[in-house]
Amino acid sequence: MSVFIIRRLMQSLLVVVIMSFLVFMAIYQIGDPTDLLVSPDAPQEEIERVKRDFGVDLPFHEQYFKFVGKALQGDLGNSFVMNDPALQLILQKMPATLELAFSALFLSIVLGIPLGVYAGLRHGTFSSKLIMSGSILGFSLPTFWVGLMMIMIFAVYLGWLPSTGRGETVEVLGIEVSFLTWDGLTHLFMPALNLALLKISLVIRLARAGVRETIHMDYIKFARAKGLAYRRVILLHLMKNIMIPIVTVIGLEFGGLIAFSVITETIFAWPGMGKLIIESILLLDRPMVVAYLMITVMMFIVINLLVDILYSILDPRVRLQDVKS
Amino acid sequence: MSSDQPTLSVRNLQTYFYTKAGIAKAVDGVSFDVKRGEIMGLVGESGSGKSVTGFSIIGLVDQPGEIAGGEVLYKGQNLVGMPEEQMQKLRGNRIAMIFQDPMMTLNPVLRIDTQMIETVLAHEKVSKDEARQRARDALGQVGIPAPDERLRSYPHQFSGGMRQRVAIAIALLNKPELIIADEPTTALDVTIQGQILYETQKLCRETGTALMWITHDLAVIAGLADRVCVMYAGRIVEQGMVEDILDSPAHPYTHGLIGSVPSHNKRGQRLFQIPGMTPSLLKLPVGCTFKNRCPRATDACNVEPEIQTLDSGRQLRCHNPHLETAA
Amino acid sequence: MKPEATAEASAGGGIAPAPAAAKVQTPFQRFAADFLESRIAVVGLVITTIVVFIAIFAPLIAPTDPFDLAKVDVMDNLIAPGDKNFAGDFTYVLGTDGSGRDMLSAIFYGLRTSITVGVSSGLIALALGMSVGLAAAYFGGFVDTLIMRIVDIQLSFPAILIALVFMAVLGPGIDKTIMALIVAQWAYYARTVRGSALVERRKEYVEAATCLALSHRRIVFRHLLPNCLPPLIVVATVQTAHAISLEATLSFLGLGVPQTEPSLGMLIRNGFDYMHSHKYWITFFPGVALLVTIVGINLVGDQLRDILNPRLQK
Repeated sequence: MSVFIIRRLMQSLLVVVIMSFLVFMAIYQIGDPTDLLVSPDAPQEEIERVKRDFGVDLPFHEQYFKFVGKALQGDLGNSFVMNDPALQLILQKMPATLELAFSALFLSIVLGIPLGVYAGLRHGTFSSKLIMSGSILGFSLPTFWVGLMMIMIFAVYLGWLPSTGRGETVEVLGIEVSFLTWDGLTHLFMPALNLALLKISLVIRLARAGVRETIHMDYIKFARAKGLAYRRVILLHLMKNIMIPIVTVIGLEFGGLIAFSVITETIFAWPGMGKLIIESILLLDRPMVVAYLMITVMMFIVINLLVDILYSILDPRVRLQDVKS
Repeated sequence: MSSDQPTLSVRNLQTYFYTKAGIAKAVDGVSFDVKRGEIMGLVGESGSGKSVTGFSIIGLVDQPGEIAGGEVLYKGQNLVGMPEEQMQKLRGNRIAMIFQDPMMTLNPVLRIDTQMIETVLAHEKVSKDEARQRARDALGQVGIPAPDERLRSYPHQFSGGMRQRVAIAIALLNKPELIIADEPTTALDVTIQGQILYETQKLCRETGTALMWITHDLAVIAGLADRVCVMYAGRIVEQGMVEDILDSPAHPYTHGLIGSVPSHNKRGQRLFQIPGMTPSLLKLPVGCTFKNRCPRATDACNVEPEIQTLDSGRQLRCHNPHLETAA
Repeated sequence: MKPEATAEASAGGGIAPAPAAAKVQTPFQRFAADFLESRIAVVGLVITTIVVFIAIFAPLIAPTDPFDLAKVDVMDNLIAPGDKNFAGDFTYVLGTDGSGRDMLSAIFYGLRTSITVGVSSGLIALALGMSVGLAAAYFGGFVDTLIMRIVDIQLSFPAILIALVFMAVLGPGIDKTIMALIVAQWAYYARTVRGSALVERRKEYVEAATCLALSHRRIVFRHLLPNCLPPLIVVATVQTAHAISLEATLSFLGLGVPQTEPSLGMLIRNGFDYMHSHKYWITFFPGVALLVTIVGINLVGDQLRDILNPRLQK
């Protein structure tokens, strides 16, 4: 088991290094590098100073190592717009984005799995076909359009839910969270559902496919032949078998949730990392973009690693195979 | 009542599959008894309906199939039409089933002890520890060494033969009175097969459990069973005591089956085969279902033969049996 | 074109009648017949055709040119659908936006941009991904491993993120949007093509071609490629819909095409602010156009997948 983890860690580290290289290349080498280190509006002496400081005239690899050195200390530059360390600004907004992403994750599990399992068990019935058609729609409709429609219908025309912003927050362990207040929940619901829509469709399809595959397996029949209650057969024997691929996919797709949050946060004016990054891009605030990229890449890698580990815990066949090797 | 009543009594069972292509009569008027402690072999080619018979008895026929008629009497109680809750109380408890492929029978993501303990707890309110103890004993009964360690293992850590023993152990957990075994040794190699056959036989004799062994392999029946039912295209064409039937088969199909066993053939001669193929269950011939392949078929065979009972207790469905050889 | 017919005709001296209702269909006819079996797919095909038609002929069929600044009258702004303009002589079927532009025309032009960007980026990404995938599958070994590592890493990041970063670095513009979309899509094509090419490569006709000492290029393009086409066609269809959706998303966020050549996404963005004041049509109708386009293409893709896949297995 530990061999497995170590191997994965090494792979992840390699990817981080490569990504940092690519990011550095992309952001700092395209166009005039000084544009990225200091705002073009700054006074000339400032620009000269930065040039010397950052050694823009230095050879490429030296620049890169300087970049890495600073990055490892947590210094990814200062935002042009706000003049505060970029990393700090992003981390401040991260809880809001994570709250949104986790809520979407929660919804996709809580809605997606029961609907998918139901569609699988009741194959061929009208409700199952309805659920499947719904999932196809959920897949093909662009997220931002659905978000717009949601606002239009539920906020503007029906007035049931607020259309923008985050609700009241409460501090838990030093972090502001909004799902513990009713106001917070009403603000959270639509964006989370919008973000979750793609995932819900995916989970429904996965769950249904899993059920269709597993329900005819001999071990299900055997479980029934043992006289077990139907509920146990479904909830334990069936579910445990279909959960493995579902968990893997959900886990891997969690990164997608973080990425897609840029859209949802923009539409619903949710004060998270995503909204911040879009604004930064539009304002040409490059250090922010770099910082966001590095953080996102790290998150992706960590998530992938965790999912791999989780997978090996859930599927005993994988775990024990590795021990033998 | 009491010990004279057969444990299992199947009367004119009919299980049909209602498909888009037509009605497939997988089991069409099957009747037999299995007495207490008796081992009955149900023999037939694939497609003869023998597995469906087994599933019909335990009530696990899948859509689009259903039991269309007849009775299945377990100690006098009719299982056909019994509400599912009551059936669940019997399954795994009084009536147990062993399936063919041990690899697919056990749930790969659950541990062995989970799968055994749940069988006990589904039917009896005992403590988990006691259920675990019973599981341990059952594993010992089927000859699995180091049961404690084995209980904590997963199915894929067992070999095929061991897995089947586990399945048998599960079947025995609640001391059932009837076990239906659907080709349990077909997927195993011959030596293991022999062991399991021997042990199963011993267990049934000791505990008085009635055993219905479904197979296509006559050799297995010869060594194991007391009575045999030969099934063809959904009907039982001949049934009786094993020695009788194997020595002097009356029905041409049984005759052909025995004749096609390689050891029965002379060296250097062409292996005997029953000509033709099993008919599709959707398009059965009118009258005797075997007539198109039967060397003794006559015009009389256009009418379906009734069940005749011979003096020896043997039952037969044939217009032109090999009666000279039968008692 | 039916050899039997001509042979019979000449053999029988021209008196023998041609075989009735030729049973010999070309593969394309068979394919078309299979496709047309599903009514939903036909609907999808019709939608797609209409959309493409509009995209190509937009300047000719749009009632006004919404981007000709001389003709646009700001006095006509925010007119609801079905109402007349200020002068009373023209009905705006779908209303106007905040600057007085006719929504219907804007949608036509928007479709044009959306489809152009989506399809061109798709085609280039396909060509690129296909070449890479074929090379990886054909040469195998280190080349294959290297390429697939890159592909895998890229595929572990969502397309939107990749496109986002690209646009952030390069700035807005149609050509840059197309490039970003190409970068975001090529990996998927590469993986698909490599997958089917690997399967095909093991087959005997490739061995035979190699024995004949045909050049690499010839083997790959004349022999390997045609057999990899069916899944590629399916993927291309669905990916085009994704590309259009992705472009719309980027434009909506303000990172895609510029204001002067709006795509449907940009139109939706423009209408976003008016939504809260109940002027829904500025956002709603472009959205519907986008939706219909994407769903239409997806329906076609679904049906293609159904009919091309079983055939693959034969």
